[in-house]
Amino acid sequence: MEQVVARALSRLSFAWIAASVVAAVLLASSPSTPAQDFITVASTTSTEQSGLFKHLLPEARKATGIEVRVVAVGTGQALDMGRRGDADVVFVHDLVAEERFLAEGWGVKRYPVMYNDFVIVGPKSDPAGAKGNDVIAALKKIAAAQAPFASRADNSGTHAAELRYWKMAGIEPARMNPKAAWYRETGSGMGPTLNTASGMNAYALADRGTWLSFKNRGELVILVEGDTKLFNQYGVMLVNPAKHPHVKKELGQKFIDWIVSPAGQATIAAYKIEGEQLFFPNYKPQG
Amino acid sequence: MHDILSSFALALSLIAGGDAELWRIVALSLEVSLASAVFACALGLPLGGLVAVREFPGRRVVIVALNALLGLPSVVVGLVVYLLLSRAGPLGSLGILFTPRAIVLAQTLLVLPIVAALARQFVEDAWHEYREQLTSLGVSAVRAVPTLLWDLRYSLLTVVLAGFGRAASEVGAVMIVGGNIDGVTRVMTTAIALETSKGDLPLALGLGVILLSMVLALNAAAYAIREWSARHHG
Amino acid sequence: MASAPLFPLEARGLTVVLGGHTAIERIDFVLDAGARIAVLGPNGAGKSVLLRVLHGLIAPSAGEVLWAGSAARARDQAMVFQRPVMLRRSALANVEFALAMNGVRGPERRARARDAIERVGLSSLAARSARVLSGGEQQRLALARAWSLRPRVIFLDEPTASLDPAAASEVERVIGEIHAAGTAIVMTTHHLGLARRVADEIVFLHEGRLTERTAVERFFNAPQSPEAARFLKGELPWNKSSPEPSAD
Repeated sequence: MEQVVARALSRLSFAWIAASVVAAVLLASSPSTPAQDFITVASTTSTEQSGLFKHLLPEARKATGIEVRVVAVGTGQALDMGRRGDADVVFVHDLVAEERFLAEGWGVKRYPVMYNDFVIVGPKSDPAGAKGNDVIAALKKIAAAQAPFASRADNSGTHAAELRYWKMAGIEPARMNPKAAWYRETGSGMGPTLNTASGMNAYALADRGTWLSFKNRGELVILVEGDTKLFNQYGVMLVNPAKHPHVKKELGQKFIDWIVSPAGQATIAAYKIEGEQLFFPNYKPQG
Repeated sequence: MHDILSSFALALSLIAGGDAELWRIVALSLEVSLASAVFACALGLPLGGLVAVREFPGRRVVIVALNALLGLPSVVVGLVVYLLLSRAGPLGSLGILFTPRAIVLAQTLLVLPIVAALARQFVEDAWHEYREQLTSLGVSAVRAVPTLLWDLRYSLLTVVLAGFGRAASEVGAVMIVGGNIDGVTRVMTTAIALETSKGDLPLALGLGVILLSMVLALNAAAYAIREWSARHHG
Repeated sequence: MASAPLFPLEARGLTVVLGGHTAIERIDFVLDAGARIAVLGPNGAGKSVLLRVLHGLIAPSAGEVLWAGSAARARDQAMVFQRPVMLRRSALANVEFALAMNGVRGPERRARARDAIERVGLSSLAARSARVLSGGEQQRLALARAWSLRPRVIFLDEPTASLDPAAASEVERVIGEIHAAGTAIVMTTHHLGLARRVADEIVFLHEGRLTERTAVERFFNAPQSPEAARFLKGELPWNKSSPEPSAD
C-alpha cells in the first residue's frame, strides 16, 4: 500500500511540476491582450480613487466599444508616461504642466473637460484657526501657528496647486532652509497623504473627490472650501502619434470625443458620493 | 483591535460572498505569482545547482552577488523592467508594459536570486554528501545537478514556496510595471495598496487576510508533502 | 568494454597529502585479476585513502595509478563506501540509475538491475524507497548497485562496519558471490575474521606506509612487520565500536 501511494505521489509531483511549467508557458505565450480595442489612459490618483473611472468607463465602453485601461499616478508621472509613449491618452490636472507638454509637441490638443475643487482639511479643533473660504489667508494662519501640514510633494497636480497657493501667500515652506519642521512632505499620493495627515492631525490640501471617498478620516474635517482659486481644471490630451507611431490615435480620439460629448459630460455630472456631485463638466466646443 | 477583528469578519464575508471581481483578482495573483515562481525555478534551480558543484573562476563573486541580490529592492527591479518595456525602451516594441506578462517578468527577476541562492545552498550541502558516491558511479559534476535537484525535490519545495511567497507579496514592482489597471493588472497587493490609499483600511486588511490565507494554504500543502516524503523516502 | 585490458592494476610510489597531512606515502602495489585483498591497519593508517586513490576519487600528490600500464581511469571498477549514499527513489531505481549513468539502456537496464537486486536477496524490497532500508539492506543494495556494473575489480570500504551480525554475514555472503563471479576485491576492514575468511592476501598499512603484503594465513600466524605484530596483539589503536560478528 505504501509503495502504491509512494509511486502515485512521485508521479503526481512530477505531473504537478510538468503541469505548472506548461501552464506558465501558456500564460506567457498566450496573448494576454487579445483584443486590440483598448487604450491606455494615464491619469491621476484623484480620478481613480474618487471612483469616477469606475462609474465613467463602463459607460464609455457601452457607447464606444473601447476598453479603457487606466494607470493612475500623479500628474507629473502621467505626463511622463505620455512622453515615453506608454499611454495613448493623458487625463490630468495641472494646466501649466499640460501646456508645456503641448508646447513640446507630446500632445495633439488639450480639451478642458471638467473641474472639481480642492479643499483644505484639518483637525476639527483647528488649532491654527484656518476655517473659512479664503485659501491664502488659511495658509498664512497655518504657517503662523506652525501647525503641522502634510504635503504630497510628489509632483502631482494637487502638489503643483498647493505650491502655487503657498507662493500666493508669500510663504514657501518647501523652499525654506532649513525646512520648516511643521511642513511634512510625504512624497506620496493623495490617499497615503491623507492617511498621514489623519495620523498626525495635520492640515492638508486635498481634492474633494478623494476626500469624499476617503474613509480613514479620524479627526479631520473640511475647513476651507468655496474659494474660486480652489477650482481644479482637468484636461485630456491624445499623445502625439507623430512622436509615438504606435499610439492608438483613432481609438484615443474616439474616447476623447465621447467624453467631451453631451453624453460623456452628463455621465461625469451624474457621478455622486453621498448625494454630492464631485466633478463638474465644463467642456465648451470652441475651447 | 476592533479594526483588526472587523477586517477578519469582512474578509470572511468577502470570501463567502463570492464576489466575482475579488476572485478575478485572487486568480490573477495566483496565476502571475505561480508563473513567476515556475520560471524563476526553471532558471534558478539549475543555475544554483551549477554554481554549487562547479569550480570556476569568479565562483565566489557569483555566490556573493547572488546572496546580495536577495536584498534587491523590488522598486528598483520594477523601474528597470519599466524602462526596458516602456515604448521608449529597448523592449518597447513588444508592447507588454501594463500587462500581466510585464508583472511575470518583474516578479521572475525578483524571485530568481532567491531561488538560485537557496538552491545553491541546498545543492552544495547535498553535493558534499553525494559527491564521492556519484563520482564513483561515473557521474560528472554537471550531470549530477539534475540528479541532486530531483533527489532534493521535497526540500526544494520550500524554495519554490519562498519564491512564490515573494512574488505574491510583491507590490512595488508590480505597481510600476502592471499599472494596477482594474480588471487587467490589478492583483491582491496592488488592490490592498489602492484600498489603503482610499483610507478603507478594514477592506485593505480584509484583502490582506485573504492573501495570507492563500499563501498559508499553499504552505500547509507543501508542509504535508514534505512530512509525507520524510516518512516514506527517508 | 569487458575486453579492454585492465590488469595488472599498479600503484607506483603513491603519496597523498591532504590538508598538510600525509595520508599515504610512497606505496607500491600490484593487483592481478581475481585477487582478493584485505587492507588492514590501525585508525588513520590511510586505508580508505588508498582505496579512493586506486578507485580514482583522489588524485595522488605523487606517484601514479596504472591500469594495464595506462594512466587513464578504468571504467570496469566500482566502489562501495562505508556509508553508501542512496538516492531518494526506489531500491531498484537506484541500481537502474547507476546503469543509466554507465550507458546501459532499455530493457537490458531493467533486467540487469533486477538480477543484481535478486543476487543480494533484496527482490522483495525492490520497490521500497532506498533511504528507508536498514543499514544492512542499504549495504547490500550498494553491493548490488556496484555489482550491476559488472566491474572486474571492486573496492569495499569497511563493508560490514556498524552492521549487526546477521546483516554482516549476509554482506559477507554477497562479497563471496561477487568474487566467485571472477571480480577482484580490495577491501578495508576492521573485522579480522572477515579478512581471514574473504581475503587471500593482507596488505598492512601503518601511518601511511605499506609495511607488508602477506598471504592471509601467514599474516595471522606470523606477521612480517613489527607493526602488524603489534596490531594483531591489539596494541595499536583501532576502532572497536564495530565488533567481530563472531564476538557477539
